[in-house]
Amino acid sequence: MADRERRSTPPFGGVFVARTQVLDAEDVRRAIWRMAHEIIEANHGGGELVVVGLQTGGVPFAAEMVKALEKIDGEAPPLGTLDVAFHRDDIGLRPVLPSAVTDIPWDLSGKIVVLVDDVLFTGRTIRAALDAVHTYGRPRAVQLAVMIDRGHRELPIRPDYVGKNLPTRRDEVVNATLDGVDLGEMYKDGR
Amino acid sequence: MKHLLGIADLTAGDIEHLLRLTDHFVEVTRRRMPKVPALQGRTVSWLFYEDSTRTRLSFEQAAKRLSADTLSFTVSSSSVRKGESLRDTALTIEAMGVDAIVVRHRSSGAPAQVARWVSASVVNAGDGWHEHPTQALLDCYTMREQLGSLDGRRVAIVGDIAHSRVARSDVLAFTRLGAEVTLVAPTTLLPPSLEGWPVRAEVDLDHVLPRVDAVYLLRMQRERMSEALVPTLREYTARWGLTRRRVELMDEKAIVMHPGPMNRGVEIAADVADLPRAVVIDQVRNGVAVRMAVLYQLLGSGQSLEVPSP
Repeated sequence: MADRERRSTPPFGGVFVARTQVLDAEDVRRAIWRMAHEIIEANHGGGELVVVGLQTGGVPFAAEMVKALEKIDGEAPPLGTLDVAFHRDDIGLRPVLPSAVTDIPWDLSGKIVVLVDDVLFTGRTIRAALDAVHTYGRPRAVQLAVMIDRGHRELPIRPDYVGKNLPTRRDEVVNATLDGVDLGEMYKDGR
Repeated sequence: MKHLLGIADLTAGDIEHLLRLTDHFVEVTRRRMPKVPALQGRTVSWLFYEDSTRTRLSFEQAAKRLSADTLSFTVSSSSVRKGESLRDTALTIEAMGVDAIVVRHRSSGAPAQVARWVSASVVNAGDGWHEHPTQALLDCYTMREQLGSLDGRRVAIVGDIAHSRVARSDVLAFTRLGAEVTLVAPTTLLPPSLEGWPVRAEVDLDHVLPRVDAVYLLRMQRERMSEALVPTLREYTARWGLTRRRVELMDEKAIVMHPGPMNRGVEIAADVADLPRAVVIDQVRNGVAVRMAVLYQLLGSGQSLEVPSP
């Protein structure tokens, strides 16, 4: 588990080498736009929404999502960022250090929290995020939006909004940014 | 990093890393439920051979906010009274299954000695006149919070430097982060030699005050009177106490710090301690987050473990 997570996390894994481009920047933009529409539709407007991007990969997607929601609904929901390091289940098994300070300066009680991440894989990050969200209050609902769902879940977690379902092998690596989504492999330095 | 025994073992990079980690725990302490499960299933124990309420409470609060279990050991009610050695006590506590031992002892080097005996992580919570590293880290954090950075900042440490582990740790930490440190004290309370210390010493506080960004006052201990190092407390206050008049000499943005407990009316005037620029309460508040960062770094970051290559 730790090994696989590390390989999928750029700072610990060496060099990512892309094999195929799955989505280009325009596809990513359209997927965010569609997910924003789905969020508004499912929640009957954007009134109680709070968008929370997961550090670090989910944050740019969350920021774009908020812009899209503002264009559709006329009002931008609050945007927070969350680092789940202290809530992970592999603390002590691998170096787990936070990246950027969590920024959720609101009580989330009664809100509809939309967690946004780049890639959904084992589900362990989302498990940690669900745990973390509850230290900020008791939301009315928590929903999950991901750009890529690559399968291989290890926990009973499913996304509510998906940019693209992408069947992968476990040893492949998905690199998702606003510039596009690539499928490839991680190589150790020097190989 | 396996133990935290002194600032002397840390590089500027290590200190900055711990201060950045502290930012995260300050955020945690502001949450509606200020607790994270990071150290669930780990146990932290205290071995305090010297009275200390605030340091012990601060470590205890830090451990609890990380969800660690705590085992408290009080010397006055223990077998130490019956003559058990430090080594036997440490090994006994470890055998009960602890991951970290926080040690305070009146002898310099006792925590380092404990670290050689046990396989748990050891944190120095103050040893003799040697070091008090978590105090220095929370002082650095508070200074960074108040002044932006320590680099190029001028700090005066005032009082009983010779007998102060806080002063030793602070001098090492402040200068490593680029601050210019001036020690101000009667010559009887300065160390016999300043060789190897990147600091200056002065006797006249009024002369130093207009040029500093922070004044750090040390607690004036009454037992120094009986050792005849200072004639009387009144004379100490007259020459080295931070009075209202002396505060007027300082830059309007300069801050006043104190490790506590304060002797109001001795090293710090009662009304000075309550000024907004006196950040003593901020130091205490930051102390919890700093100690969370230290415990997390030692027990939770995985850096003390062998990390297999991918």
